[in-house]
Amino acid sequence: MTDYDVIVVGAGPGGSMAAKTCAEKGLDVLLIEKRQEIGVPVRCAEGVGRKEFEEFVEPDEKWIASEIENAELYSPSGHRVKLSADQAGNEVGYVLERKIFDRHLAMLAGRAGAEVLTKTSAVSMERENGSVRLGIRSMGEFQELTTKIVIGADGVESRVAKWAGIDTTLRLNEIESCVQYLMTDIDFDPTTTYFWVGRKYAPGGYIWLFPKGDNSANVGIGVMPSMADKPAKYYLDRFVRENFPDGEIVEVVIGGVPVKGAIDTAVADNVMLVGDAARHTDPITGGGIINAMKAGYKAGITASEAVEKGDYSESFLKRYDRRWMDDFGQTLIRNRKLQEKMLKLDDSTFDRLFKGIGDMPIGEMSVKRLALELFKKEPKLLWDLREFLL
Amino acid sequence: MKRLAVNRYKCGYCGACIAVCKFNANELVETYLEIYEDKCTLCMACVKTCPMNALEVVE
Repeated sequence: MTDYDVIVVGAGPGGSMAAKTCAEKGLDVLLIEKRQEIGVPVRCAEGVGRKEFEEFVEPDEKWIASEIENAELYSPSGHRVKLSADQAGNEVGYVLERKIFDRHLAMLAGRAGAEVLTKTSAVSMERENGSVRLGIRSMGEFQELTTKIVIGADGVESRVAKWAGIDTTLRLNEIESCVQYLMTDIDFDPTTTYFWVGRKYAPGGYIWLFPKGDNSANVGIGVMPSMADKPAKYYLDRFVRENFPDGEIVEVVIGGVPVKGAIDTAVADNVMLVGDAARHTDPITGGGIINAMKAGYKAGITASEAVEKGDYSESFLKRYDRRWMDDFGQTLIRNRKLQEKMLKLDDSTFDRLFKGIGDMPIGEMSVKRLALELFKKEPKLLWDLREFLL
Repeated sequence: MKRLAVNRYKCGYCGACIAVCKFNANELVETYLEIYEDKCTLCMACVKTCPMNALEVVE
């Protein structure tokens, strides 16, 4: 007998979905979070596509900061491409209040029957007779727990991955180094997300503005360390100075976003990884909330099947790999290739492309779709990208 | 001797440096970044990745 069927490490959207799913399937599950407050500090721009998001949760105004209908993209010389929803009132995205949302999801897991512990870190992991002995430090007290399965939802810095022997180390062209300011006293349209692209703004990444209500917005940057000469903060500060000199910064958010694309496997004996720990973020947008929730759900389902069969081996858990790979894994692979092409574009190419395209309707918020539209304007690029357009 | 130093006033404990370290030479203990000097090779991956410029190699 083990203390638990499943211990989930990390209470972000991926971990909480995993714990909730396990609990709903009747497993004994413990969800641990190293921070003393779930959802804090946030490491995220907080944007999600509406349609997929609503497959998981009923939207609640308590944690929806903004509803987004438009996107505006700017090239280095200021040429604008505007994307609008097909019909007015058909919002295409939400900007979340992650502090509240993450807590809400953890509470859903708790109400479904999961035990939840905050200020509790996993500090060691050893396999023993087909199960796992996990060392945790909870409010400063060390203890060892046994479990059949560990779900590592422990973020970009995942230790579970390292303990399990799954190499997810990111090279300097596989991560976006990000800083974001929550700013107030700046001008923007509260139904529009804004993006600035090109090396001038953000080498190997982009700058974004996501509204949070009418009076504040997340203004952030991601740069690729292999392409940037200076730290992310330098480029963001320069942008803010030039564009929002009178704005006030009321919060600083910092993070690393994996843009590696799909990893070969997110499982090992007794272990599954979800979300940032499994590098599930989209290589082009950097978005990761929905993939993490999908992965958490799939890991939870797989865990319940494994417990039923009494088989926690890597070969059994591989079905989790197949599940996420068949769902969003192919998109990760494709967008990684597309990103590699986009990184080669210089600023004058972006200017030319943006100038040629103007405004267009969108059914769904999709930077990838826009990228494809842009490339269609350039036959040479089109040839380069043929595999993505077929 | 050269070593990696963390500027604790700049560090935002985001964990990006851990994701790029192939030597397991660092760890985020809640909000405290630990550097294991015996494992660190001064490869500079984390220095280049830190969004806040909080890491540097010092004598």
